[in-house]
Amino acid sequence: MTDIPATEPSGPSPATSTPALEMVGVVKEYPGTPPVRALNGVSLRVQPGELTAIVGPSGSGKSTMLHVMGTLDRPTEGSVFIDGHEVSALSDRKLSAVRSSLVGFVFQQFFLLDGENALDNVATGLLYSGQSSRQRRAAAVETLERVGLGHRLDHRPNELSGGERQRVAIARALVAQPALVLADEPTGNLDSKTSESIQELLHELHQDGSTIVVVTHDNELADSLPRQVRFLDGSIEYDSAVFQ
Amino acid sequence: MSEVRPLPKSSTFRISDVFATAASGLGSRKLRTVLSALGITIGIGAMVAVLGLSQSGSAALDDRIAALGTNLLQVNAGAGFGGGDATLPETAVPALSRVGPIQSVSAVGAVDVSVLLNDLVNPNQTGGLAVRTAEPNLVDALNGTVRSGRFLDDTLSQVPSTVLGSVAAERLGVRSLNGTQVLIGGEWFAVVGILESFDDQSDDVDTALFEDLDRTAFIGFEVANQLFETPPNPETIYVRSDEGFIDDVIGVIPNTADPASPEEVEVTRPSDALEAQEAAESTFDNLFLGLGAVALLVGGIGIANVMVIAVIERRNEIGLRRALGATQAHIRRQFLLEALLLSALGGIAGVALGAAVTAAWATRQGWRIVIPPEALIGGFVAAILIGAIAGLYPAIRAARLAPTEALRST
Repeated sequence: MTDIPATEPSGPSPATSTPALEMVGVVKEYPGTPPVRALNGVSLRVQPGELTAIVGPSGSGKSTMLHVMGTLDRPTEGSVFIDGHEVSALSDRKLSAVRSSLVGFVFQQFFLLDGENALDNVATGLLYSGQSSRQRRAAAVETLERVGLGHRLDHRPNELSGGERQRVAIARALVAQPALVLADEPTGNLDSKTSESIQELLHELHQDGSTIVVVTHDNELADSLPRQVRFLDGSIEYDSAVFQ
Repeated sequence: MSEVRPLPKSSTFRISDVFATAASGLGSRKLRTVLSALGITIGIGAMVAVLGLSQSGSAALDDRIAALGTNLLQVNAGAGFGGGDATLPETAVPALSRVGPIQSVSAVGAVDVSVLLNDLVNPNQTGGLAVRTAEPNLVDALNGTVRSGRFLDDTLSQVPSTVLGSVAAERLGVRSLNGTQVLIGGEWFAVVGILESFDDQSDDVDTALFEDLDRTAFIGFEVANQLFETPPNPETIYVRSDEGFIDDVIGVIPNTADPASPEEVEVTRPSDALEAQEAAESTFDNLFLGLGAVALLVGGIGIANVMVIAVIERRNEIGLRRALGATQAHIRRQFLLEALLLSALGGIAGVALGAAVTAAWATRQGWRIVIPPEALIGGFVAAILIGAIAGLYPAIRAARLAPTEALRST
């Protein structure tokens, strides 16, 4: 484990590069009487290589934000670009393609397949990519080694600790080398010591160049990351990249 | 990263991966997989066994009909109009022998005495055995076989010698012919031969046609008449006719056998009884096939039920797979294939079970094992169809689940 350098390894990149994520005037409304507006005109740009926290209390719209960023849900208004591709109006097939190649997810509950070992769980991250089983497994081994689990390849989820499970889930999100990794409360189910080690892992991956957005209500976790975007009532209340 | 990476048209789910994923889905829930496949196994097993058993059974009957010949006719005296026992006239056998298409005629006659192993046995314990006169050609006429020794001939018919039917020999405890004698009507008769059962399947009581003959000690008419004053009237006459003229022969038998009272002559065709048996059994087949179909339906509902539950229980897995890039079609394929594999598993086991039951039962009955390939293939195809029908709705539901809904923690 290397120490986190004091200086910012990468701020926002030059304007010429394609943002990993760009949202312009995104509104998300859920039908009802009256309709619930979960996102109220959100614009956000995340450059490649950034490690960003989206932080806010529950009900602030950050879960909707995660779904819209991850193309799991379509915005009611506005545009979402991932790695330069406008995704807000794509068909289910196209969105699936975006998710399989451009977006990686890390969930609070890990969502590992109980019947599969760590290696196969990580290889599932490439299941819908069109790569052969051999290629997927090779990539999975490499990625598991990257997250420090090279010695746990054939362990099933129930044979792993909580922290190890989350590392497997993180490896699964990274294995396709996506343009954007979205982590939803990645330390929410972990004790403080394990949380710290996952936090360190996020920093390491950040230094290796991965673009990561962590969605959390945990201010401590958010403050440890280079950039914080604070949400309140469906709008961005504060963005450290803008106000700095 | 200044260039925009081209976006693939769609994510991909290789066929081999669909299989591996579905198989692993079943493999990680072994108990449930086995239990839900069991319904199909029982249904398919029942249907295959019913078809196999009915085919084996009717093959056995066909064999017997072939062995017996469909050209054998049996002539008896029916009940007389007055209600008294009618008898066939003495002249019946020679008269029938003169009918052109009739190839051979053989008769047995009742002898009103009992057969005992020796003089120490209580004379009232006849063991259900009878004594009959027989003509030397009886065994040939009925396509019977002599197990040991020989049948009566013209010479033996005149001296106190007897040939025992299979059941008679068994009940009397006669196994060897070495000078064995039995007591018939108080006289010692030498046992010169033992017959095989006239019915191939002596244990199949339902279709035994010649039980009476198997329980008989045969003696010659001459000696019977001499010792016991047996009348020359035949009890039953067996006629072999030219197959092509059999209906005509049946028509002329009553008048030929007993011109005085033809209405008292009863003509039957033993093979008809077997054919009737075959028809009767096939009605039961339909009943059992129906029961098998019900079992199959229940099995199919079981699979549908398990798959519907799976969609609810595995919501998070569906959400995860959607997040990893699975399209709706990919999810649908995975769940449909799981249902198909489940039913195929049950189908293979069911076909094996049905074949095993058929083989075991047919062996027990001494039948040839006949398992129709249509039943095997049909059973498997039926299982697959049921899996497809049962799996379709849950698979569609799984695919339609919105990713955000599926990912919500319970």
